[in-house]
Amino acid sequence: MRAFFREYLLWGTIIVVLLVLPAVATALGMGFYIDVVRRIMIFAIAAISLNLILGYGGLVSFGHAAYLGTGGYAVAILAFYGIHNGLAQWAVAIGASALVALAIGAVSVRTSGIYFIMITLAFTQMLYYLGISIEEYGGDDGIRLKMRSQLPLLDLADPVQFYYLLLALMLGAAYLTHRIVSSRFGMALRAAKSNEARSRAIGFSPYPYRLAAFAIAGAMGGLAGALLANQTSFVTPEYMHWTRSGEIMFMAILGGMGTSAGPVLGALALLALEDALSQWTEHWQVILGPLLVLSVLFFKRGLAGLFQKPDA
Amino acid sequence: MTFTLIFEQLLNGVQLGVMLFLLAAGLTLVLGIMNVVNLAHGSLYMIGAYLAITAAQWSDSYLVGVAAGLAGTLLVGMLIELVALRALYRRDHLDQVLATFGLILFFNELVAMLWGRAALFASLPAYLQGHLELPGGASYPLYRAVIIAVGLAVAALLWYVVTRTRLGMLIRAGASNRAMVAALGVNIRLLYTVVFGFGAALAGLAGLMAGQIYTVQPGMGELILIQVFVVIVIGGIGSIRGALVGALIVGIVDTLGRAFLKPLLATVLSSAAANTAGPALASMLIYLLMALVLALRPAGLFPARG
Repeated sequence: MRAFFREYLLWGTIIVVLLVLPAVATALGMGFYIDVVRRIMIFAIAAISLNLILGYGGLVSFGHAAYLGTGGYAVAILAFYGIHNGLAQWAVAIGASALVALAIGAVSVRTSGIYFIMITLAFTQMLYYLGISIEEYGGDDGIRLKMRSQLPLLDLADPVQFYYLLLALMLGAAYLTHRIVSSRFGMALRAAKSNEARSRAIGFSPYPYRLAAFAIAGAMGGLAGALLANQTSFVTPEYMHWTRSGEIMFMAILGGMGTSAGPVLGALALLALEDALSQWTEHWQVILGPLLVLSVLFFKRGLAGLFQKPDA
Repeated sequence: MTFTLIFEQLLNGVQLGVMLFLLAAGLTLVLGIMNVVNLAHGSLYMIGAYLAITAAQWSDSYLVGVAAGLAGTLLVGMLIELVALRALYRRDHLDQVLATFGLILFFNELVAMLWGRAALFASLPAYLQGHLELPGGASYPLYRAVIIAVGLAVAALLWYVVTRTRLGMLIRAGASNRAMVAALGVNIRLLYTVVFGFGAALAGLAGLMAGQIYTVQPGMGELILIQVFVVIVIGGIGSIRGALVGALIVGIVDTLGRAFLKPLLATVLSSAAANTAGPALASMLIYLLMALVLALRPAGLFPARG
């Protein structure tokens, strides 16, 4: 019961802080923090989606950047052909990412362990090279968005409106994941993670559940990609670089795997750490790398683990 | 499209395959025996290249560079095993992936600090320059031919060590049941360190030979490492034979695809379409091949017994 309250307290704090942040930042003349936090919330959505399959499904996907790229390119390519309607762009981004995830998942979810890690990584690299080799959409240099997605009622060119839309989408993604995980479907998914043999014995073949979760996570990752494209107004193959996949994975882990608030805290922690280190030295990765190793060795429960127990 | 051109590209494919094999052999042993995912294997390839170039420039001798690359990666490999990986054997694959990802960031940035981010270029000694005359009037760069010869020699040596020596017997036994091997009085920790060190030196060997034909820069290791993963998935984890066959298949398919797919497509499609589809398809070819192998043989072409 106490853990239950602490989870609410944690979410309440996150929501209140994020709600008042734009007003506070503007009042203090530090408007650029709105931009920084927008980026954090986009990666939080990506980490939330990875947490669904990694934290609750036990699928160690080292290829989540693939959906970030698919979603980003869906927006950029539609904009390239003059379609700026946000609803259409985002629907295509989500749909295309779900299909890509379904295709990658159909091959990879049958395998497990080291194979699964290597295969998801390899397919993401394939998409990365595909992005580089298509000259029509900028190849290596990427493709610039002429304008942000055009939505009814909202104007994404306004930094604060975009901010609150992202906040709503991030909370929506976390809530959706929470509902999925606590549904019958989510129970079957978690059962397969904790004991595959028993789960089979009581009549659940894990494959369809895992594949469906993989596709849902891909779709959510695609949304994050579409949002990231709007944030940076620029889509390059770097969206799908393998280090991106590693970063998203670290966000899910640093925050605390299999916890609802973990990915949000993880995205905040990793991006803030990267920012702070990079302001200090150009060679910040030489510090970040060992820090990450240490966090894996000694900080397994993650940030949210300080507040709440994993649901799985 | 003459036969000499096809033959030359075929040799280039074998040469790439041999490089991939050197990396895959060490990695597949580590995966098979220790059940550890080591993403930092590509870093050892990069370190081998940098050490060899620096030592060769400093001493003005290619062979000193080779020795420095081999010895350096052997040492760095054993150091990584002692400091980081030992703590990870009991952890799950996720922790291993994350920790070795951290190692990659560290090594790439360390190399950028010491040598800069710009690409380095290595020179060849006079006795490795020039071309070999092939039957049929074709010629092939001597250095690439040497790489093929070295790679095949290492493959033969590995086959001998693994199947015919006591060390190889321990390696195979460790792969199938490590607890039993430890119970029989073998120092399995030492065995792990030795195997890891030699795997690292093989990656270093690939790296030091790569310096003269590919660009040497921070991050070079990961580009090839992901291809090596494809090799291992195709060949089967833990199998040296699988690594060799997989590496040659991947090397040849990738090279021939890049060389001939565009002109081949141009015979069926319009040249504009072929110009777009050719390179795109060529860069995806080995991954599609991997998907095909997985669909037909989920455990790879030569699954290790055990």
